[in-house]
Amino acid sequence: MVSIENLHKKFNKNIVLSGVDLNISEGGIFAILGPNGSGKTTLIKSILGMVIPNKGTIKVQGEHIKNSSSYRHKIDYLPQIANFPNNLKVKELIKMIKDLRGDTNEDQRLIELFTLQPFLDKKLGNLSGGTKQKVNLVLTFMFDSPLIILDEPTTGLDPISLIRLKDLIQAEKAKGKTILITSHIMSFVEEVSDEIVFLLEGQIYFKGSISELKNKTNQPDFEHAIASILT
Amino acid sequence: MKNLLLFFAAILMAYSTYAQNIEVCSTCAISTLKKAISVVKDFDTVLVKKGTYKEHNILIDKPLTIIGENYPVIDGELKGEIITIVSDNVTIDGLFIINVGTSYTEDYAAIRVRKSKNFVIQNLVLEKLFFGIYLEKSRDGKVFHNKIIGDAVEEYNSGNGIQLWYSKNIEIEHNFVQHVRDGIYLEFSDDCLIKNNVSAENLRYGLHFMFSNNDIYQDNLFEKNGAGVAVMFSKKIKMLNNTFKENWGTASYGMLLKEINDAEIRGNTFEENTIGINIEGSNRIVYKNNDFINNGWAIKVRGACYTNSFVENNFLYNSFDISYNSKINDNVFDKNYWTSYTGYDLNKDGIGDVPYRPVKLFSYIVNRTPETIILSRSLFIDIIDFSEKVSPVFTPDNLLDNNPLTKRITW
Amino acid sequence: MLKILKYSFFDLMRSRWSYVYFAFYLLLGIVLLFLNNDLSKAVITLMNVIIVLVPLIGTIFGVMYYYNSKEFTELLLAQPLKRSSIFLGQYLGVAVSLSMSLILGLGIPFVVYGLFKSNAIWDFSLLLITGTFLTLIFTALAFNIALTNENKIKGFGYAILLWLFLAIIYDGLFLMSLILFEDYPLDKLSLIGTMLNPIDLSRTLILLKLDISALLGYTGAVFKKFFGTNFGLIVSFIMLTTWVVLPVLRIIFKSKKKDF
Repeated sequence: MVSIENLHKKFNKNIVLSGVDLNISEGGIFAILGPNGSGKTTLIKSILGMVIPNKGTIKVQGEHIKNSSSYRHKIDYLPQIANFPNNLKVKELIKMIKDLRGDTNEDQRLIELFTLQPFLDKKLGNLSGGTKQKVNLVLTFMFDSPLIILDEPTTGLDPISLIRLKDLIQAEKAKGKTILITSHIMSFVEEVSDEIVFLLEGQIYFKGSISELKNKTNQPDFEHAIASILT
Repeated sequence: MKNLLLFFAAILMAYSTYAQNIEVCSTCAISTLKKAISVVKDFDTVLVKKGTYKEHNILIDKPLTIIGENYPVIDGELKGEIITIVSDNVTIDGLFIINVGTSYTEDYAAIRVRKSKNFVIQNLVLEKLFFGIYLEKSRDGKVFHNKIIGDAVEEYNSGNGIQLWYSKNIEIEHNFVQHVRDGIYLEFSDDCLIKNNVSAENLRYGLHFMFSNNDIYQDNLFEKNGAGVAVMFSKKIKMLNNTFKENWGTASYGMLLKEINDAEIRGNTFEENTIGINIEGSNRIVYKNNDFINNGWAIKVRGACYTNSFVENNFLYNSFDISYNSKINDNVFDKNYWTSYTGYDLNKDGIGDVPYRPVKLFSYIVNRTPETIILSRSLFIDIIDFSEKVSPVFTPDNLLDNNPLTKRITW
Repeated sequence: MLKILKYSFFDLMRSRWSYVYFAFYLLLGIVLLFLNNDLSKAVITLMNVIIVLVPLIGTIFGVMYYYNSKEFTELLLAQPLKRSSIFLGQYLGVAVSLSMSLILGLGIPFVVYGLFKSNAIWDFSLLLITGTFLTLIFTALAFNIALTNENKIKGFGYAILLWLFLAIIYDGLFLMSLILFEDYPLDKLSLIGTMLNPIDLSRTLILLKLDISALLGYTGAVFKKFFGTNFGLIVSFIMLTTWVVLPVLRIIFKSKKKDF
């Protein structure tokens, strides 16, 4: 699905990624983990083409992403902090994204799922962080793309919405999609992910299932396993 | 005196009743003008029928009237002067005179009047000429409603449309002169009236005065000449209600004044000239009720100008209103309307409460380095102009209009 | 690109600042006209104002819009859209909405006052064309500054500096060099100096209209050809277009290399 070879990226003199090789096979949920500043977001943004690597190649479904934009039709992306143009209404934003990406009817179902109907005519600038995140989720899941990238999807969500989100993720997985997630909530990661990718100092420190990680670190639970890597 | 005049008039009228008409045409008994002039008696009339007459050096030495019917053509075939008048009381009317000879030693003219009085030259059309109408030591004549169209290219080998030399009391009215060197040129000629003429596209000046005094020119239009009007070394000239337009070029002026004293300049319009009026060594001149519109420089004062007064004129949209090249000012500016005036009028009496300073620092800079003109209307220039306005360093500090009007003056 | 343009444009049209800008020009037009009671004089005053103000507002607004719509830009970047069309769309959205505010804000009072019956209509059209060009140029320059400076404060600082330099300092240096080298033939130099600054370039266009009588007083042959014929007008417009195209090309180039 996604294959990354020898990816290097530095911002000014600050080296963020130094030789990342990563193969993500088709289908399943992959969590990208790592301490703050380990390059998770940079890696995701590189796949999205928002960050231009200094070196290395990235292929999405076998297609080089360099100087291309159409491959992003295959990706749904949930950005980390949902900050939308404040002058737009929720309805208009959804309409606009549909206008830019293509039509879909999924949005109706998702709006109902997250009970967003009362907010449709409100301006985005007046919404709370959680509601914005729900809108963000609607925008991400309303398209039917084979690759879904979620950057901190749980931010600001209430428990009910969190359950809905988990259901959504599982439903998409069932359709055979590939899902990349970054999160700081370890329980969430443990619950949903099939495989984890651990980034440390710009390189892949570990790639494998959670049980493999536990074995490797000799720790009984996931959170401690992660912590032991960092110490 | 009045009786004497009446007496002369009576004699003249009596005489004319005896006068005869003689016809000239190509098939008539008399087929040339020269022949006709030689046979007619004093005060007879020669009627020239339509046709072409190839003649030059026609000398009119007796008082008579020559009238052309339907503009007969007198073709000088470029051989020299065409008509020379040496007698008083000659009238020439309705001829089409072409092909005057060009010479570097003699000023050949289409019509020359020499030492004569009481002549009338009217309704002529002159083309392909060197000099047009040349009045030499003559007086009390009239040059009326002629059309003079030259084809001058260079100043050195072209002549003037209407030239007066040592002549007095001449009326020049309703003439149309274009494409010659000077449209109308007066040298040592006093007490003349130049009225309602159009002088356009001439190489040098539309109208040119040299050493001529007490003349009046009014209601004329001077357009697209090398320079509109040059008035030099003359006294007591009245310049009234003329229009000076589009005299564009490096040394182009609507009006050029040089060594002029006691003149009156009133009611004229100076529009779109590179320089509206260029003044040098001129004193005691009154400028009143003139419009200066869209000129590069409305008035350029080159020095040695004393006790002139500029009162109640309109200065509208000129790039520069007044330019001085010295720090000394002895002239008065009062009650003019300036579109670049930015003051206010709190008591609503129509007079701005802050004096106006018509000389900008930038005009001083442009005088010095002409290329800087390209920076005009720049914010930077506005800033330095403003600082100069607040505390004059380079421009005369007493050059002020203390009563700038807030509305355009009408008269 | 057109879709982005549309959204940026409508986004801006709804923002308070467009109204402020529009209202400002409306007010300026009305005040100038009804206080002066003279259309030609109002046009001349406006020309002086526009040359200075439009670049200032174009730069500030361009920089401001870029920084304010950063999130929106990131949202768009994750969509299957070309980077060049995202940034060009946004740029045009800003430039077009600013130009609209200018044209409508000034146009309405002048039309109401009776522009079409006046002979100042050509001067006025020239004024609007120049204003639009300046908006396009300075918004593009602003986007360039914003694209190369992540730091908002720095970006604003450079934008103001750029304006200050082109509107005032440049002319001061220009004037000083002309006076310094006054013994040499300067007409080519002065024309080139003008071409290199879009504000001066627009000023020349206006000079061609308002000060042609004075300009023709100068002897230089190059000057004469430039100002005496349509040559000057054509060259000025070509240069103005170049001034739009070059920064826009740099926007495309820079945006392709930039990380978000």
